[in-house]
Amino acid sequence: MENNIAVKVENVSVMFNLNKEKVDNIKEYFIKLVTRKLRFTEFWALQDVSFTIEKGERLGVLGFNGAGKSTLLKTVAGVLKPTKGSVEVEGVIAPLLELGAGFDSNYTGKENVFLYGATMGYSRKYIEERYDDIVAFAELGDFIDVPIKNYSSGMRARLGFSIATAVDPEVLILDEVLSVGDAKFKAKSEKKVQSMFDKGVTVLFVSHNTAQVRRLCNKAIILDHGKVVASGEANEVCDKYDALVKGGKK
Amino acid sequence: MGEKTENLKIVKKSKFLSDFVKYRYLLSEIVRRNIKVQYRDSVLGIFWTLLQPLLTTVVLALVFGGFFGKKADGISNYVIYLLCGRLLYDFFSQSTKRAMKSIRLSAGVIKKVYVPKYMYPLGNVISCFVTFLISLIILAGFLIGYGFTDKAVPITPYILLSVVPIAVLFILCVGVGMILSTAAVFFKDAEYLYDVFCMLLFYATPIVYVVDSMNMNKYVQMGIMANPLYSIVGMFRDCVLNGRMFNMNHLLYSLAFSVVCVIIGALMFKKKQDKFILHI
Repeated sequence: MENNIAVKVENVSVMFNLNKEKVDNIKEYFIKLVTRKLRFTEFWALQDVSFTIEKGERLGVLGFNGAGKSTLLKTVAGVLKPTKGSVEVEGVIAPLLELGAGFDSNYTGKENVFLYGATMGYSRKYIEERYDDIVAFAELGDFIDVPIKNYSSGMRARLGFSIATAVDPEVLILDEVLSVGDAKFKAKSEKKVQSMFDKGVTVLFVSHNTAQVRRLCNKAIILDHGKVVASGEANEVCDKYDALVKGGKK
Repeated sequence: MGEKTENLKIVKKSKFLSDFVKYRYLLSEIVRRNIKVQYRDSVLGIFWTLLQPLLTTVVLALVFGGFFGKKADGISNYVIYLLCGRLLYDFFSQSTKRAMKSIRLSAGVIKKVYVPKYMYPLGNVISCFVTFLISLIILAGFLIGYGFTDKAVPITPYILLSVVPIAVLFILCVGVGMILSTAAVFFKDAEYLYDVFCMLLFYATPIVYVVDSMNMNKYVQMGIMANPLYSIVGMFRDCVLNGRMFNMNHLLYSLAFSVVCVIIGALMFKKKQDKFILHI
């Protein structure tokens, strides 16, 4: 991979088997196998998607519901393996998808900081060094020693956001998480993300909101039914997307 | 061309290693979490790892002691006999059951973040292993306690060799855990089936009875001897209860069985792990 490229997505296609009926027990499976009722319908969530993001670039991904945006993020995050094609990511990647997914609800906030950090592949020492910053940023105070199950959803999200952004990732995947917590925390988190931008982090941002994409990104693509239908400068692509939305409403 | 594919192989291998090194802290966090959360809200906490085998052994000794205990010739101490089998069986059934559920219970993480997924079954087996090691204190307590009575068990240097059956059992649990965790993702029924299987296994392992003293059908006896837990428990009892060297055939059989399980489990897991996300 060339030096200045952070994310390279090449001819990525992802196929799902849409079972007509869900088969999840052995008895049903055999009955259907014998009676030849085991049918699969192929569904291509992504088809031949290619793009590259250079280091420091911020790419917005626009698209309607079901266009394949989340599938694309999952393949870039390495959670989902593409059926065809390849994804290469250079450097540390921090997925900000659904904050707090790795939390254990019986664990206290403090214990969850370490568990979550470990899930993201960091060492204990690395997390210890950042622990104070994380707690301070999440504004949890004494609640840090209370089990997570007693947290409000806002508190959970705040803690998740603080851990995910405490590290210095090279690639940041944002899935409309900028609306975390109350107005005060929202402003604070946007500021934090902005400061990461200033440090030159590479961003992959998924949204329906063209205003946000125009503000945060310098490049964008539009996904429609798993295909890239437009790509280029953020403003141009957003104009196209807005036109599409208007066209749809007609 | 040949050189290129070889290079690729090296890259892949080192990715496995570097992944393991990078995520080894996750493994220890999973182990710690499992142990901490298990006893979190109970008053006695971690003492339950000692209390539970103690109480179940008392129950088993009361129920079966009169019936099998007197009949069992050549057993110097029925309570120790029972405890040896019970502790090993408990570790096997609990660790494999938990490993089986581990992928489903970590679905939230696996769907969102890239993690080496084998960490979950492996971490669950290790956490059960730790509580198993703690519960061995009960066995040590009984050995010392009986030392002052006429039912004293001969303690010989062979007791140190008991680490061999324990190590084999650990390998077996990892292998079976990997197989079950993969199977359970695709067929949830496997969890219920396995519960029944474990009950069968309890009776197919000489925990409460002695094989030689039972007038068993030849085929039933062969079936019991094919059970790797039979060999492992037998080895453990030889070291701890009888104070002698264990049977080498037992070691060879159970070790081979366990290693084959690990190989099958690793291959299954590796082949199917990319599909997990579609089913959990």
